Amino acid sequence: MINEVLHTLPQVLIDGLTLGAVYAIVALGYTMVYGILELINFAHGEIFMTGAFVGTAILLTFAGFGWLASMPALVALVLVLVVTSVVTGLLGMGIERVAYRPLRNAPKLITLITAIGVSFLLQDIVRFIAELKNGNYILTGPSLFSGQIGIKVSSISSIFNDASVKSSFFIVLIVAVIMMVTLDFFVNKTKWGMAMRAVAQDRETAALMSVNVNKVIALTFFIGSALGGATGVLFAIQYGTIDPYIGFILGLKAFTAAVLGGIGNIRGAMFGGILIGIMEMFAAANLPVISHGVLGAEYKDVFAFAILIIVLIFKPEGLFGKVSVEKV
Amino acid sequence: MSLLRLEDINTFYGGIHALKGVSLEVNEGEIVTLIGSNGAGKSTTLKTISGQVKPKSGKIIYNGQDITNTPPHVTALTGIAHVPEGRRIFPRLTVKENLEMGAFSVKDKRVIEERMERVFHYFPRIKERLQQKGGTMSGGEQQMLAIGRALMMQPKLLMLDEPSMGLAPIIVEQIFEIIKELNEEGMTILLVEQNAFQALQIAHRGYVIQTGEIVMSGLGKDLLVNEQVREAYLA
Ligand SMILES: Nc1ncnc2c1ncn2[C@@H]1O[C@H](COP(=O)(O)OP(=O)(O)OP(=O)(O)O)[C@@H](O)[C@H]1O
Ligand SMILES: [Mg+2]
Repeated sequence: MINEVLHTLPQVLIDGLTLGAVYAIVALGYTMVYGILELINFAHGEIFMTGAFVGTAILLTFAGFGWLASMPALVALVLVLVVTSVVTGLLGMGIERVAYRPLRNAPKLITLITAIGVSFLLQDIVRFIAELKNGNYILTGPSLFSGQIGIKVSSISSIFNDASVKSSFFIVLIVAVIMMVTLDFFVNKTKWGMAMRAVAQDRETAALMSVNVNKVIALTFFIGSALGGATGVLFAIQYGTIDPYIGFILGLKAFTAAVLGGIGNIRGAMFGGILIGIMEMFAAANLPVISHGVLGAEYKDVFAFAILIIVLIFKPEGLFGKVSVEKV
Repeated sequence: MSLLRLEDINTFYGGIHALKGVSLEVNEGEIVTLIGSNGAGKSTTLKTISGQVKPKSGKIIYNGQDITNTPPHVTALTGIAHVPEGRRIFPRLTVKENLEMGAFSVKDKRVIEERMERVFHYFPRIKERLQQKGGTMSGGEQQMLAIGRALMMQPKLLMLDEPSMGLAPIIVEQIFEIIKELNEEGMTILLVEQNAFQALQIAHRGYVIQTGEIVMSGLGKDLLVNEQVREAYLA
């Protein structure tokens, strides 16, 4: 059994890392908004989904005009990522302005229900537009990076099977890492990042320091949603086919990742995302083996949510939750 | 010359009438103290000035301008620094970042550094703790940091809400010394205190607030020997 698990380990790690990077960045959006508003922005999964659609739509348009063939794939990618980020960033900002800001002082539950409402609204709007334009709400975009790269892991040790990677794997991973490093730098090393942390810790006092709190909250939504939307594009590139409901389960898992890393903690969310991605792929590959066929690979999702429940019970502040050292 | 004037301010929290027609004045160069017991409306007065709560009626004139409905982040830009009750240090920002937050509206890095040096001059202890998280400082250090952070704004008017709260007498002594020093160097100060004795000793003038109303005002040294004040606040 151990041997079988080891055989597939390289592939599990590669797939898990890719998926985990996706979770990680979506988790950032949850954790940033939670950190600043103590709101679980359920619509964030749908922002991700909208990003996937916007990106795919742009790629299909390019392909329709025949531009895609004449343009280096990397240029197309960067273009699509930038445009999609701006679109979803503005969308997130708009949602905050219209749906959440008027409820800023309302009970948390009301805002939460509003967020769920926004989720459904986005699903339906995207579905409606996709069907209108396309006749079908399931969309398959042109593939930008379709090559397969084999990695001869077996040459390291015969315990391992060879792994194979779509070349888009590297794209997803590199873009994800760039986004995470940039965000980390922004939050920890720049003035507006510092303002963001200050507002998250004490909104009233930040305002006394001449920080425009509404502006900082809007900025937080813009950044979180831009990253989420860009990740949607990466997802579409990596996995090909998308529908308006991909944001739901993925959002829940990313949220789990955020909780795992300690909700509100940015580096924790990155770590939690990667961890959940790898564990999920591990479960998918090995559950049937370990359980002697009783549990199929489809139980991998249960796995992520079991983690959520276990964390909430035993370590509700998450792996890297804020330690309460604050003095009054 | 009057720097700040409140005219007949009425502030409510829902149905609670917290300030009932408060009028007071702070002249340039003065230390004015506002004393009163728990729940009298001292913090509400400062919050109304800085814009954290909006008055239902009345006027706030600062430096000749009406700032009655100015939101706090804009009030801060006019040169009013508000050191809130309970210090409200950003617990997970470092001490240095806390200071930098005070100078949030300043773009020039050199100016920020100069101001920081000035803060170190008043509070040398802060300098040794720049990389520490604000929330891990002692109560006295946090109060010094809160004042230092406000000084980073280089305010014209410094409003302090119970800086002596919960601190050892010797620290209170130090902090009041520094308030005096700041005032001697030209800063106008509005000091809210329950610790009436010490506040009145350094203040030029004082107001006594009771359940939302100003019930007495006068020179600090007069209030200090006033029978009613002695009975209610200095006993
Ligand atoms: N956010 C609030 N909501 C409702 N009522 C409030 C609020 N803040 C203050 N109050 C009420 O307004 C009145 C004045 O409160 P305030 O905080 O100004 O008193 P204070 O003089 O600063 O007291 P202390 O010395 O205890 O700080 C009190 O009766 C208080 O209960
Ligand atoms: Mg008070």
